[in-house]
Amino acid sequence: MNEMPGWEQIAAAGLLIASGILVVISSIGVLRLPDFFRRMHPPALAYTLGSWTVTLAAMLTTETGPVAHLLLIPLLLAITVPVTTVLLARVALFRRRAARSGDTPPPVTAPAVTLNEQPMAER
Amino acid sequence: MNVLRKIVPAPLMSLTLLLLWVALARSTSPGQILIGLVLAFGVPPLTTGLRLKNVRLRAPLVLMRFVLTVAVDVVTSNAEIAWGIVAGRWRQPRPAFVTVPLELRDPAGLAALAVVTTIVPGTVWTELALDRSALLLHVWDVGDESAFVARFKHRYERPLREIFE
Repeated sequence: MNEMPGWEQIAAAGLLIASGILVVISSIGVLRLPDFFRRMHPPALAYTLGSWTVTLAAMLTTETGPVAHLLLIPLLLAITVPVTTVLLARVALFRRRAARSGDTPPPVTAPAVTLNEQPMAER
Repeated sequence: MNVLRKIVPAPLMSLTLLLLWVALARSTSPGQILIGLVLAFGVPPLTTGLRLKNVRLRAPLVLMRFVLTVAVDVVTSNAEIAWGIVAGRWRQPRPAFVTVPLELRDPAGLAALAVVTTIVPGTVWTELALDRSALLLHVWDVGDESAFVARFKHRYERPLREIFE
């Protein structure tokens, strides 16, 4: 890799820098934002565009062999991250309700249905 | 046929697991294929209770357009949130809980909606009503709540209903 950088290298470098900027901003957000629910948003930068840019850079600079399997990284992230994100949001919501924190919304239910009329197991 | 159903209760899942393993191992040596087969036959029986029944994907064109919509939204929301964090001192975002009334009832469709809300920065899935009639989201920046709800329903819920219901 001693010759002049090709367009792949330049594009990959740009993508890696973009990814770095996204992750730094995302961590600044997690560090500086004042409350939990606001802090839930910045990590999305890292696991969406942040991971896609790194993946594309890796695909561009791979010299031999297949590259499509690298796409599994952002795809598997997209499938698995919601599980933990939703769990965290649920826990935070329940804790706040238990603590009767002022700005916490009440449970969402249909207005016309009372609690004991609701089907027990909806599957 | 019945015996086959018992051994391979979810053929598509088995095939995906096998291919996924081979792709991740980057090898088609007999050993790796064996591990892939163990996954393909071992995992589906263990996840019977979690698996959704009768999932049908309709409207492939809508599906493709939906993926494109989500991709575009991911990029624009990334820029929006990044800018919101950097410029937060000068222009505070207006975070809020928003209740979205839902018409989408299909479990697979709702799972897809949960993935989409998580993947698009700026919205976090917080609660689904027990009867699935409403969804509580935490949104990074809400200007006009009813405009947000209308946009959310139009961009995400409607295509998902066409695909899954």
